[in-house]
Amino acid sequence: MSSIAMPTSRATISAKDHRDSLRPLALAAPLLLLLLFSFGAPIVALLSRAVYEPTIANALPNTVAALRLDNAAGVPAEPVFVALAADLKQAQAAGGIYEFAKTLNARLPGARSQMLRVARLAGQDPKPTKEAMIKAAPLLGEEQSWTAIRTGTNRFTSFFLLSAFDLRWTDQGTIGAVSADQAVFTRVFGRTFLIATLVTLATLALAFPLAYVMTNVRPVIAGIVLVLVLLPFWTSILVRTAAWTVILQKYGLLNDLLLWLGMTSDRLELMYSRTGLIIAMTHIQLPFTLLPIYSVMRSVQPSQLRAAQSLGGRPFTVFRRVYLPQVMPGVLAGCLLTFILCLGYYITPVLIGGASDQLISNFIANYVNVELNWEMAAALSFVLLASTLGLYVVMTRYLGLDLFKMG
Amino acid sequence: MPLSPYPTNAERIRVAALWFWCVLVLIFLVVPIFVPVPLSFNSGSFFTFPLAGLSTRWYEVVLGTPRWRAAIGNSLLIGLGATVLATFLGTLTAIGLSDPKFPARRFVVPLLISPLIVPVVVTAVGTYLFYARIGLANTYVGIILAHTVLASPFVVVTVGASLSGFDRNLMRATSILGAKPLTGFLRVMLPLILPGVLSGAAFAFVTSFDEVVVAQFLANAQQRTLPLEMFTGLREQLSPAITAAATLMMGLSILLLIVANLLARRSRQNAGALAE
Repeated sequence: MSSIAMPTSRATISAKDHRDSLRPLALAAPLLLLLLFSFGAPIVALLSRAVYEPTIANALPNTVAALRLDNAAGVPAEPVFVALAADLKQAQAAGGIYEFAKTLNARLPGARSQMLRVARLAGQDPKPTKEAMIKAAPLLGEEQSWTAIRTGTNRFTSFFLLSAFDLRWTDQGTIGAVSADQAVFTRVFGRTFLIATLVTLATLALAFPLAYVMTNVRPVIAGIVLVLVLLPFWTSILVRTAAWTVILQKYGLLNDLLLWLGMTSDRLELMYSRTGLIIAMTHIQLPFTLLPIYSVMRSVQPSQLRAAQSLGGRPFTVFRRVYLPQVMPGVLAGCLLTFILCLGYYITPVLIGGASDQLISNFIANYVNVELNWEMAAALSFVLLASTLGLYVVMTRYLGLDLFKMG
Repeated sequence: MPLSPYPTNAERIRVAALWFWCVLVLIFLVVPIFVPVPLSFNSGSFFTFPLAGLSTRWYEVVLGTPRWRAAIGNSLLIGLGATVLATFLGTLTAIGLSDPKFPARRFVVPLLISPLIVPVVVTAVGTYLFYARIGLANTYVGIILAHTVLASPFVVVTVGASLSGFDRNLMRATSILGAKPLTGFLRVMLPLILPGVLSGAAFAFVTSFDEVVVAQFLANAQQRTLPLEMFTGLREQLSPAITAAATLMMGLSILLLIVANLLARRSRQNAGALAE
């Protein structure tokens, strides 16, 4: 009897455990589902646009089939041109021609107007010949155009992700750099990382001494200073950016101050400049760098420092060998947090930065709002997101900064 | 900053320099956020000191013209919607997470926090793309859901903190005494964690009330929020009305967050008192 009962009771226990762990999960389920729906799905939808681009394949079904028969590389024979004319005529009638021409233009600069011209030609009688089509669109007579069309008919593409690094597939089938006049994104990423680094270093230079003093004053004063740190922390980025646009004006407060101190003789152009942008971003990020450093500094035992000093260590040695190693995790965590947040800045560069200070987020927004090029916006988002999440994983795994314990 | 018992001159200078630097840093931190306040009472239409005179004309613009009033109304509506949703869902999640048997915590917690880490432009552009497909772009529901996502981590964190001191035996006691789980929650748990819940709600409201990037992508002309109106104003024509709007927004945020922090502190004290 008991030998039969044993497995049953074990099964009930494990089923009960299972139920017990399901109940808390059920409580979290509504929020997790909302996050899946309103956060996960949108990001997946966006990122998939970077690698899935069916416009060209959908617009050119006959050409795709004809190209499959015409195996030779280079400019294909007459049948492919006949198929292309039929596809373009169809696209013209269905209204998809502009979308197609724009998409092809991203891969083949100058193709947009030529494709629209050929499409008009294809709509007329008699049907245009290969020669007539090449005459209307000289690009169709070039080998590299057909390489672009052939790769474009593949629905899955690495074109946009490579473009985000200023790379492309060369005609030889290797990965090479794009021409210098089209190489913009490495510069934009370089600029974003440069500004993030400068802002991080500036916040560290301001935050470290302040955090150090806060741990060494009476608790009442430390509390007051903490409130002064938290006040700007609680004010929105937009409001603080608005305040800085007022301060950085040519006849604004900062120029008044610099003139009064005699540090400049002329009023500086701080609005729409990189200097102005870095000042404002440093102000916004300062509490993010400071709070992790402060929380680690508070946990350092003063008795250890006194011990080191009484053993004959000079103040600088004590600082370098005893204090710094203990506060380093907080310093790294604060700096990394600020660096990560700086990579995603959007509002402040728009309002305070100049044309050459726009960061990667501004390019993403621009591709969506102005150029209507979702694929490029998606590819840039992919790179930005990968950098951000990569650094976030480093921060939580190796430095143990817990956002749960902040603010 | 205390000096050592027998300070040398070099030490005195070092400490004085450190103090001086910290005072400069504090000035840099605090003064800029208060600069718009006096300018918002300027009677002239420039952004420069000294003020031409005192007046409330820019507040009359912000609180009186239909464009600004509509924006304030939208911000309040969206903020309240997002607050109610985020507080409800976030509190449930925090209660679930406080159970030691919660499965796969290592993956779920970073996921819950991720809306704070993902660059907001990526979230905004993705949400716009996805919502356009399912017909939620340019709707109040869409903006409220998107703001709920951004606000929920704050609720999970604050309610989670107030639950960390909650004695789970109390809930066991309620069920032994015959109370249904819901009754136990409403009569015992909720009153004890209420300060934490309200504090989370305040954080959620401020998050939505200050948000501009997602609103920029999702809102149409009818749904423009107060920050969006400010953002457009800052880009196009700089008017002192913006300093008045900034002052109002800052005042509301700071007020709510002070209340939130006092509540959060009380909820930790509540928990501490019960534990003893």
